[in-house]
Amino acid sequence: MTEIQNFTMNFGPQHPAAHGVLRLVLEMDGEVIQKADPHVGLLHRGTEKLAESKPYNQNIGYMDRLDYVSMMCNEHGYVMAIEKLLGISPPIRAKYIRVMFDEITRVLNHLMWLGAHGLDIGAMTMFLYCFREREDLMDCYEAVSGTRMHATYYRPGGVYRDLPETMPKYRSNQYRSKKEVNRMNQNREGSLLDFIDAFCEKFPGCIDEYETLLTDNRIWKQRTVNIAVVSPERALNLGFTGPMLRGSGIEWDLRKKQPYEVYDLVDFDIPVGINGDCYDRYLVRVEEMRQSTKIIEQCVDWLRKNPGPVMLGDHKIVPPDRVEMKDDMESLIHHFKLFTEGYNVPVGEAYAALEHPKGEFGVYLISDGANKPYRVKIRAPGFSHLASLSEMVEGHMLADVVAVIGTQDIVFGEIDR
Amino acid sequence: MEWLIPQFFLGAWDQFPPLLQYLIETTFWILVVTITVILGVAFTTYFERKVIGYMQGRIGPNRVGPKGLGQPFADVLKMLIKEVVVPAKSNRFLFVIAPLLTLVPALATWAVVPFSNTFVIADINAGLLYVLALTSVGVYGVILAGWATNSKYAFLGAMRSAAQIVAYEIAMGFALVGVLMASGSLNLGVITEAQGGGVTNWFVLPLLPLFFVYFIAGVAETNRAPFDVAEGESEIVAGFHVEYSGIAFALFFLGEYANIILISALTSILFMGGYLSFFEGWTILEGTMLSFLREPSLGWLVLKICFFVYVFFWIRATFPRYRYDQIMRLGWKVFIPVTIVWIGVEAVMAWMQVGPWTNLYG
Repeated sequence: MTEIQNFTMNFGPQHPAAHGVLRLVLEMDGEVIQKADPHVGLLHRGTEKLAESKPYNQNIGYMDRLDYVSMMCNEHGYVMAIEKLLGISPPIRAKYIRVMFDEITRVLNHLMWLGAHGLDIGAMTMFLYCFREREDLMDCYEAVSGTRMHATYYRPGGVYRDLPETMPKYRSNQYRSKKEVNRMNQNREGSLLDFIDAFCEKFPGCIDEYETLLTDNRIWKQRTVNIAVVSPERALNLGFTGPMLRGSGIEWDLRKKQPYEVYDLVDFDIPVGINGDCYDRYLVRVEEMRQSTKIIEQCVDWLRKNPGPVMLGDHKIVPPDRVEMKDDMESLIHHFKLFTEGYNVPVGEAYAALEHPKGEFGVYLISDGANKPYRVKIRAPGFSHLASLSEMVEGHMLADVVAVIGTQDIVFGEIDR
Repeated sequence: MEWLIPQFFLGAWDQFPPLLQYLIETTFWILVVTITVILGVAFTTYFERKVIGYMQGRIGPNRVGPKGLGQPFADVLKMLIKEVVVPAKSNRFLFVIAPLLTLVPALATWAVVPFSNTFVIADINAGLLYVLALTSVGVYGVILAGWATNSKYAFLGAMRSAAQIVAYEIAMGFALVGVLMASGSLNLGVITEAQGGGVTNWFVLPLLPLFFVYFIAGVAETNRAPFDVAEGESEIVAGFHVEYSGIAFALFFLGEYANIILISALTSILFMGGYLSFFEGWTILEGTMLSFLREPSLGWLVLKICFFVYVFFWIRATFPRYRYDQIMRLGWKVFIPVTIVWIGVEAVMAWMQVGPWTNLYG
């Protein structure tokens, strides 16, 4: 008698639910997964190695491209590590701006996650609803940095520039009538802060909308409740961070436990799950979006009342004002030096971690005193989450693999680096 | 239509033997119905994209032709000029025949559909059985496509589809038994007429659970969301038609949409009075300009079909996808018991002449 063999299937790297380039080799008994073997490295771009050959500031752009759905948080980790080594601290207004954009980024990331997770489980409409709101946040990115994704907005010593007084506007064309454009531009008449404020006002309503579609939906619950349960102990052992850990019921959030920037000055709560299944992690992330909105509102209020510098004045690290350069020799020299060879960072090593939307994002930086890092090590939260994939999907069905990939919120930019 | 044809031909027509006359006439009507259905399919795809588009805060196709109405034809043209790639290790014959197996039954079933009280192509007594038989044949297309492709994704899709069909055919069959009991006939025309005499006589009222089971089973039969595990976009890529391209894929597409229209038509006929008017027996319309609204006509059937097609899309835009085992559970453990119980209820109620069951046959 021939032995019955398990069915081996390649899931990805080109697959609609593989979130990029995940390749899973699945060993299946019928529809039930026996083993899942994730293969990584298909999106490896050598960010860490590349960073060793570029002046410090030029690497910020690489960080955007790590987790390409939460760009500014990646920058933040890297910039914080440099600031630690340099021993500088940005002005308070810059800190508030950073916190505000970190939270905007968190909402961006969670919207992307919710849309993709919904789409994976078949709730197609979620994807488009999420992208509708995501568009507005992308516009905030655009207003502040000129680009909608890879912002390079955070710099050692502050942020690149102060918040703009005007918002970019839509223009009418063949397919878009004047009336429609006026409606779209309604919130864009004032400054960026007005725009964000208007967004914060409407966004909780949008979250309610998502929740009516999913939270009490029987099919959604059948697909997520008790899928991929991770016990709190196991979650700790597997190195989970962020919503994955909080979904299992452990109250751990770097924003509370090791407050950086001004997180100790703003008021927010951390949601935690109970069962540690996909549904809890869904609830945690949805609540996190509400909390982020709350933080953004507080930052907007503060930023309205307190104008001030957003960059340090030390021109050894921070480029001088464009206007100053026109009639100040010193400034011109500083500018030239900074944009050709950059600045030197004292010998030493530093680890800076922050609460990235996906978990703990850390940058470990070693400097040998030169103008470029000696070694950069990036701790990507998704990597340790992915490592537990096999454990999470064992005994579940093929369709649940998709739900688990979704719940882990995997983005390959950061995992493969 | 005599006025269309010159006298000469009419004279020639009379010389034909009756059998030939019958053949020509029937073929003509078959062509009319088939082409109408195919055109209907074309615009159903447009309708779906518009409906789902607006539900999702998008616009949908609006570039080709006025309001994007040319989009279906542009799609067909694109499909036609693409290569049909047949995978090297597939079973060539079955691979090519499979899309036809899904499309042909979906079109052939229209033969017994009564479009109005005077027009039906084949007025056969076993109409309901014919419908049941042909919709089951359609499933072979899916299974054969999955098997012939020789791909693991397609194979899984075919397997899922086979299991799902077995479960839902039974529930569907039982729902039809309820209709059969209510009307006392297998002829779709007679079933429609049995619902005559006003909205309250439509079978949807006494057979409400069966109506829901039938429609949901219909959604499952056509592999539409949230029961689209056989295609399972995010799990097994495209399932049974993962390797199909060009016009072969288009045929699957055509078959799927023809099936949607068919299921909608059957639901209207079996439960919602088919071509019967919604206002039948409204004395308030007597003698007014609107009295034509009380007459049974093709328009009512089309209206009801459109409504159910819309519900198909509405469901698709709203619900996440079921998991394969959950679909089986729903089929075996919920629908089949519900139908069996309701057939019993119906029998007892009709026998005791209670409430809305009073007018039922038997």
